[in-house]
Amino acid sequence: MKTSLTGIQIWGMPILLGLVSVSGLIAALLFDGIGDVVSWLALAAPVVTALWYGVLRT
Amino acid sequence: MLTRNSIKPWYLIHKWTSLICTAFMLLLCLTGLPLIFSGEIDRALGYSMAPPDLPETAGRADLDAIISAAKARRPGDAVQFIVADPGEPNLWFVRMAESVAAAKPSAFYAFDARTGDYLYQYPLDQGIMNVVLRLHVDMFAGLWGTLFLGLMGLLLVASLVSGVVLYGPFMRKLAFGTVRRKQSARLKWLNLHNLLGIVTLVWFLVVGATGVINTLATPIFGQWQSGELAEMVAPYRTMPSLQELGSVQKALDAARTVAPDMSLSFMAFPGNSFAGPRHFVAFMQGNSPLTSKLLKPILIDAQTGMVVETRELPWYVTALLISKPLHFGDYGGLPLKIIWALLDILSIAVLGSGLHLWLKKRNVSIEARLGALPNGSEKQRDSA
Repeated sequence: MKTSLTGIQIWGMPILLGLVSVSGLIAALLFDGIGDVVSWLALAAPVVTALWYGVLRT
Repeated sequence: MLTRNSIKPWYLIHKWTSLICTAFMLLLCLTGLPLIFSGEIDRALGYSMAPPDLPETAGRADLDAIISAAKARRPGDAVQFIVADPGEPNLWFVRMAESVAAAKPSAFYAFDARTGDYLYQYPLDQGIMNVVLRLHVDMFAGLWGTLFLGLMGLLLVASLVSGVVLYGPFMRKLAFGTVRRKQSARLKWLNLHNLLGIVTLVWFLVVGATGVINTLATPIFGQWQSGELAEMVAPYRTMPSLQELGSVQKALDAARTVAPDMSLSFMAFPGNSFAGPRHFVAFMQGNSPLTSKLLKPILIDAQTGMVVETRELPWYVTALLISKPLHFGDYGGLPLKIIWALLDILSIAVLGSGLHLWLKKRNVSIEARLGALPNGSEKQRDSA
């Protein structure tokens, strides 16, 4: 039987993605130019993660 | 760590809040998808047009001439607002209605802000995008429809929060992103639901919660109108009523003098619920990315064109104004809109996979469903 994962193993990625998403949502609200680019990259992270684990990785 | 018994209430909260709101959330996500690009779609359908290219040296047209031209197009109607679009600084929009206080506009004209030329009329209440917008905003059921969708949004927030609580126990023995494709269809759908739900969580929560705040726009502005705005115009209540509207251009110039580092977002005309009986209110916006989303009302005597008062908007209106870009995704250019659309599609997948899990298993007891938890029981060892 597999052993239970630790809290950080379960929640590490969700928390990281959450923080990245929040920074993306705020960046374009506060700064033009570089803020827009940061928001694109940061909010692309959950999309890429979903595609990688949900579709591409078989 | 949550035990099986302590999970059960969270499971029931997740199930029932989701079941009630999912059909409406699917409607909102599907209609919201084209609405992300409504500006681009309007342009493509010819509903709106870019102003003509002119040399940089072209000056600014007199606003009073534009107001006169708008009135000449609909002599029986009143001008309610002049509106600026931050994305189109060379346009002025003039909103007309049967009376200055009417709830529904009769026309929305676009004028060239440099030459004063009439450019086009934005079509009101027509076209497929209008149907999509109404479905998204109130399902053709007015304010009560809007408030109902707000309630569904609150259920979505409860569903997302309870979903996060369930994520931990369901992922206790699974590495992040595990999708068990080979075992059973149900496990695959469950894993996909957990994966897509957790990666879109923050975006879905923010868009959901700001959507709820947007549903409260009418009561929020109503509170401001009956509170702050009423206080601002109270000293002038006893003055004689407005004989003739003074210069709109002079009023705008006065507002700009008081707020030199701001530009006009929109100006409400006397008699409108956003103005006073004998005053304009110029709603000025800042010039930084954040302050451009906020507004500052300036009360201007409509006869003399003099500024009589200005004050900041209260926190609840500011919360509404900040909620708008965070709901629409229109504050970071076209790439952000595309990412907004992709996240919206992923959210549809979260809703769809959740619905699928329920449809496939609705005859199975909750105990059996919780059996999918990796807790080391006999049942679990069989399936894991």
